[in-house]
Amino acid sequence: MDSLRKKIDKLKPRFTKGGKFEKLQSVFEGFESFLFVSDKVTHKGSHIRDSIDLKRTMTVVIIALIPALLFGCYNTGLQHFRSVGTDPALLQAFWFGFIKLLPLIIVSYVVGLGIEFIAAQIRGHEINEGYLVTGLLIPLIMPIDVPLWMLALAVAFSVILGKEVFGGTGMNVFNPALLARAFIFFSYPAWMTGDNVWTEGLTKGINVIDGYSGATPLSMLATGDTSNLPSFLNMFIGNIPGSVGETSVIAILLGAAILLITGVGSWKIMLSVFAGGTAMGLLLNALSVNEYMELPFYYHLVMGGFAFGAVFMATDPVTGSQTETGKWIYGFLIGILSVLIRVLNPAYPEGVMLAILLMNVFAPLIDYYVVQSNIKRRLKRSRVALNTGVK
Amino acid sequence: MSNQEKEPVFSAKNLKLLSEPLGRNNPITVQVLGICSALAVTVKLKPAIVMALSVMIVTGFSNLVIASLRKFIPDRIRIIVQLVVIATMVILVDQFLKAYVFDVSKQLSVFVGLIITNCIIMGRLEAFAMANKPWPSFLDGIGNGAGYGMILVIVAFFRELLGSGTLFGYPVLEKLGIYKTGYENNGMAILPPMALIIVGLIIWVQRSRDKSLIGK
Repeated sequence: MDSLRKKIDKLKPRFTKGGKFEKLQSVFEGFESFLFVSDKVTHKGSHIRDSIDLKRTMTVVIIALIPALLFGCYNTGLQHFRSVGTDPALLQAFWFGFIKLLPLIIVSYVVGLGIEFIAAQIRGHEINEGYLVTGLLIPLIMPIDVPLWMLALAVAFSVILGKEVFGGTGMNVFNPALLARAFIFFSYPAWMTGDNVWTEGLTKGINVIDGYSGATPLSMLATGDTSNLPSFLNMFIGNIPGSVGETSVIAILLGAAILLITGVGSWKIMLSVFAGGTAMGLLLNALSVNEYMELPFYYHLVMGGFAFGAVFMATDPVTGSQTETGKWIYGFLIGILSVLIRVLNPAYPEGVMLAILLMNVFAPLIDYYVVQSNIKRRLKRSRVALNTGVK
Repeated sequence: MSNQEKEPVFSAKNLKLLSEPLGRNNPITVQVLGICSALAVTVKLKPAIVMALSVMIVTGFSNLVIASLRKFIPDRIRIIVQLVVIATMVILVDQFLKAYVFDVSKQLSVFVGLIITNCIIMGRLEAFAMANKPWPSFLDGIGNGAGYGMILVIVAFFRELLGSGTLFGYPVLEKLGIYKTGYENNGMAILPPMALIIVGLIIWVQRSRDKSLIGK
């Protein structure tokens, strides 16, 4: 460790102002603070710099994503082998999925980080670490067969128009990962909907055995053919077709536990998203006009991207609500809207992505009213105190 | 009065009325007016060009008429008078389109009629024609219509190329063999949000080239 520190210190002068590689200073700093805690200290006022900076926070989220990532690899392989009628060993399935998923992750990081590095150079900023998490989230919410050029385009779209235009990490209105997914969803719907895209190989026309449809539970419910609907337990474990990282609720809950123990994710948002989904599910159960509405409410919480969205997307500290009361409202509405879109809008079998993006827009408004009502309440209280004091 | 009559028809001042809306005073990218129709009619190039010409004619001639009448219009009912003039022009254009380019007229459908509500026209009448002579007003109308049309055509060019892979209905990308590489048309380019995104990008390019527009 010490020798590494020495080497970096030796290189440092070349990258600071006046040095040979002055222009690459932000790149150098990015790598330096990736390896070591930042040595910056404050000079004015009574600020304390915690070593849990943005980079460390992001690293925690990455660690929390690992269970979902590992299960995603395994499930990708599992679905592929099931579709051709073989029963793979655990490692065989995992390795197959890993090889298929790796290009998606590489493309996502190369394109996204490339743009971030360039933007940081142009602006003379430090390189922000916001993309570390986004870069891993994006492959996890994609169908495994998505063409790589499409993925690259979507990443470029979301990083440039979703983030850099607004001023970079921390300034974006929308969750960049969901924006990339929404871009493909609306631009190339053939790659984001239907039954073939969720299992490796189906779009390339491999020989699929009879009885394997590749349909996700949501698309079965949307089309009304529920004869092959997986059991609740299977949906909970996650050995069903779907986006790479979204299927296993167990893996996602492991991630959620990491986020909650470290305090990185907001438990209020997570809980209220599930509460909102439950409330809307119960309401639909009570109305139960058609078969879909009769589906027990707890199914909604384990199907599709609900759990993944609640744990990793809704809790994004940049795009979500900042106030404590606002977090409850924000999360609750995400839950309600997700189920509402799923059941009542025939055009969109899955509603979590749209619900979170929509609430991203409303988050500042929610915060505004929470703050205003707080101010009003306190003013009233002080007025009462003043009046009684005078008497 | 007499020395103004000597002013040449295409003086520098008058030419500026024509050229300003094309650049630093563009109705869409600088004044941000008339966005609504820019979203609706820019899926394909042909309707966009027809729409651009129609708006140019309507803005030009209603500016001319209002500028000629400006001294007789009572101030309190001027909006209604302006609307009557615009509506007349729009109906003329609409009938002309129906008679000579029926298929385009059908594609544009309600949006020709909706030229009446285009903010640019009303804006130019209020801001320019009510206070200027007919000839400069006419040029101002044509200029603003052209500035609007220019953006419309740029947006339509990208939306048709990216969304349908064609230009004026000619399958450009197919002839170039781009689909064989696995490329696909972008479905979002056909949806209205893409028009907003492209307009936003045009504004970005324009402002990064002309810094004086920033913060205006």
